[in-house]
Amino acid sequence: MNWTVFVNHIPAAPEVVLLVGACVAMIADLRVKSERRTGTFLIAQGVLLACAVLTLFIQSVNGTSRLYLFNGLFVSDAMSNVLKFAAYVSVSMALVYSRQYLLDRGLFKGEFITLLLFALLGMMVMISANSFLTLYLGLELMSLCLYAMVALNRDSSASTEAAMKYFVLGALASGLLLYGMSMIYGATGTLTISDVAKQVARLSGHSGDRTFLVFGLVFVVAGLAFKLGVVPFHMWIPDVYHGAPTAVTLVIGSAPKLSAFAITIRLLVNGLLDLAADWQQMLLVLSVLSMALGNIAAIAQSNLKRMLAYSTIAHMGFMLLGLLSGVVAGNWLNKDEAYAAAMFYTVIYVLMSLGAFGMLLYLSSKGFECENLEDLKGLNRRNPWYAFLMLIAMFSLAGVPPTAGFYAKLSVLGAAVSAGQIWLAVVAVIFSLVGAYYYLRIVKLMYFDDPKDATPIAGQSDMRLLLSVNGLALLAIGILPQPLMALCFASIKSL
Amino acid sequence: MPTTVPLLSLAIWVPIAFGLGVLATGGDKDAPAQRWLALTGAITGFLVTIPLWTGFDTRSAAMQFVELAPWIELFNVHYHLGVDGISMLFLLLNSFITITIVIAGWTVIESRVGQYMGAFLILSGLLNGVFSALDAVLFYVFFEATLIPMFIIIGIWGGPNRVYAALKFFLYTFFGSVLMLVALLYLYGKSGGSFSILDWHKLPLPLHAQQLLFFGLLLAFAVKVPMWPVHTWLPDAHTEAPTGGSVVLAAILLKLGAYGFIRFTLPILPDASRSLAWFMIGLSLIAVVYIGLVALVQTDMKKLIAYSSIAHMGFVTLGFFVFNAYGVEGGLIQMISHGFISAAMFLCVGVLYDRMHSRMISDYGGVVNTMPKFATLMMLFAMANCGLPATSGFVGEFMVIMGAMKANFWVAFAAATTLVFGAAYTLWMYKRVMFGAVANDHVRGLTDLNGRELLVLGSLAVAVLWMGIYPKPFTDVMHASVNELLRHVALPKI
Repeated sequence: MNWTVFVNHIPAAPEVVLLVGACVAMIADLRVKSERRTGTFLIAQGVLLACAVLTLFIQSVNGTSRLYLFNGLFVSDAMSNVLKFAAYVSVSMALVYSRQYLLDRGLFKGEFITLLLFALLGMMVMISANSFLTLYLGLELMSLCLYAMVALNRDSSASTEAAMKYFVLGALASGLLLYGMSMIYGATGTLTISDVAKQVARLSGHSGDRTFLVFGLVFVVAGLAFKLGVVPFHMWIPDVYHGAPTAVTLVIGSAPKLSAFAITIRLLVNGLLDLAADWQQMLLVLSVLSMALGNIAAIAQSNLKRMLAYSTIAHMGFMLLGLLSGVVAGNWLNKDEAYAAAMFYTVIYVLMSLGAFGMLLYLSSKGFECENLEDLKGLNRRNPWYAFLMLIAMFSLAGVPPTAGFYAKLSVLGAAVSAGQIWLAVVAVIFSLVGAYYYLRIVKLMYFDDPKDATPIAGQSDMRLLLSVNGLALLAIGILPQPLMALCFASIKSL
Repeated sequence: MPTTVPLLSLAIWVPIAFGLGVLATGGDKDAPAQRWLALTGAITGFLVTIPLWTGFDTRSAAMQFVELAPWIELFNVHYHLGVDGISMLFLLLNSFITITIVIAGWTVIESRVGQYMGAFLILSGLLNGVFSALDAVLFYVFFEATLIPMFIIIGIWGGPNRVYAALKFFLYTFFGSVLMLVALLYLYGKSGGSFSILDWHKLPLPLHAQQLLFFGLLLAFAVKVPMWPVHTWLPDAHTEAPTGGSVVLAAILLKLGAYGFIRFTLPILPDASRSLAWFMIGLSLIAVVYIGLVALVQTDMKKLIAYSSIAHMGFVTLGFFVFNAYGVEGGLIQMISHGFISAAMFLCVGVLYDRMHSRMISDYGGVVNTMPKFATLMMLFAMANCGLPATSGFVGEFMVIMGAMKANFWVAFAAATTLVFGAAYTLWMYKRVMFGAVANDHVRGLTDLNGRELLVLGSLAVAVLWMGIYPKPFTDVMHASVNELLRHVALPKI
């Protein structure tokens, strides 16, 4: 047996383990009798743990080097390891948060767990993609799982409608992306992203070829914008967030953002950095529109899930500030800091989003959906600790120190200012002021109003613990942001 | 003076630690224990700031008690603390005011006592952080973080219109400070990657950039001061906040804006400051004269004192922008003196409000007949508020008017009208509330100050008289730093 082949492919081991683990969970679930599905749940968590250990191991062995596997289809670098690790953590948290909620609604079936694991597999493939092919495969694997999860509650017309919308628009987005990629393939003659970069560097000097490339680029950016959910490709976000069961909204609002960020980096930075002057302008428009529409539309929402959906749009617009500040007049000096800022923003956003949606799941109970603003009324009187955790999450989303969200804003604004985009930074902070209003409104409801009902909040102890850790992590990162920032910086530097 | 004990860190983290401790003690059934714990925290917090005063080297203009440690290396951000003659007194003032707030809220606050006390202690630590931060990011973090406890304080324990007031307070100040954030990031870029405020003091900047930055910072600080025309949040916030909230707002939070001018705007942007001084003096005079007139027509005591605060803070900014030692030191003295006087005035209104549940002047009359001790003390504070000699209010106003006189007679003339308006609105209010026949049965049933209230108001009275009769210890502390600042501001750095 040839061991070197085996050893060379170790960087793809987490994907293999996850694939096998997901299949095992699917089969084992047939034998699980209990309603709580402890067996399947534990298998899933175990698989995630194994993946995490493997990823840590791979990272510790590889350090900052980039490894190409499967003839350049797959890449393993520090960024992929960090993002994968973040994805495991967020999926694992999502499993804990959603368990009781789904149980109460009779939706905690094996399918949920298996689909979640396969979606994660898709995300990991996206994160490690070094070819248009793998990237598209990963994207479709993730998307198909998510479509199905949105429709998990098949008796609910809202869920079904949301799933339908998600599917149709998602398919359109995939189509756009595929079309753009095929154009770039036509111009460069290769599907491998690192080779595309070399070809683009050669071709972008010729105006004719450049036009061809930019034509493809427009579609690629549109496809990415769909996946990130930025204006004007955001229409699916509010409806899907609103219509899906909250547990699934939590899933959609967390880890997929990491993978969407990853493919944006892979395509635009790894592949098309020589066209930065073009795509930065597109991102600029997307960013400003998202911050404006997201923040303003969120004010008008009375449904929490819809409000958080618009808030996602605004946050993704903010994240783009980092991505569009990398290259200044052909100078690449700013790029590591700028992309690291965007990555830091994405990771922090995922953590905040998990905290906020996790709280909604925690406050929901059998026969009661916590999804309207009124449902948070007087939370401080009912349970000061969870009100405090939600307070941290809200101030973090608003970007008020000393919470993690502030440093996320600080780093992307810093990138924009050092790229000379001072007016853009001013526009961004003005919209973040608008945004502060609706986060404050939630704090107001929790702290200043009297509760509608004073029933104590039930909940599983593992979930209580995790929610507390999640909230305190936002505060801890707010006090000591250096480690996570340095990690993002190091992983972007290794690109 | 080198020291091994991190005094400034203690001044920041001791109150915060106690605040978190109080928060953690649970619900209202433990209220007595929470009160005592909070008092212990406030007193310990004050005690750790006393060595700052006793160990301070008044001859040096340099930063003292400096602490420096890397914090966010990626952005070259440091945990950099230090105080000079300008900022040191505010730490003491703040820690002292915190004690009075804890005592003043002892029985008045009945629901969620732990959260109330905890919020004030945390706020106190954060404010100490603002006054001692020498790193711009650290400063910004503390500056912004103070909004959270204050928002909660106004919103939970405030009056009927508290939600509106709390949101207005938060959004107004947040608006100012986010623009400051952009300005700070711009300075970070210009200085080649440093967030150190002291490095920025030496940074040469073209006039155009200075002026842009001036307006970026102006909004943040002007909202906080508050200067006309961005003052409208203050009367609302003061009126709706609980007594303790009004006290800390008037005594300390308003000083953050003025402190920002003197720590950031003047030394970092001296040329812009000089070229735009007319603008700042104009706004300050509007605050002094126009807001003085507005205060005259108020029917709500808290609103009246709130407007009086704006007028007094106008004096502070006026003093800063005439660029001489009298003006700047006068402004600083005025800030500290106003910290005592406004705190005392709001506590006085609190005393009445706790008994009558009304802040309307028209509901009172003849209070002196039933509360003689209270009337005596309030007389002192009212006199101090209009700048009577031998009270602290006189020293600052006199020095600022002197400074303004050196700069321009008519500016000094306009500023001096405050002595008339100040006396008019304060004493007229005092007359209507205190003197005359007993207005109604509620007033007849009033009881005079209890021991706790007497302690709080008495200690403030001592402070007001001390500063008024013998201000030298206070001015001595400032002297070296103010002269250094003025020397620095006089040099162009274009």
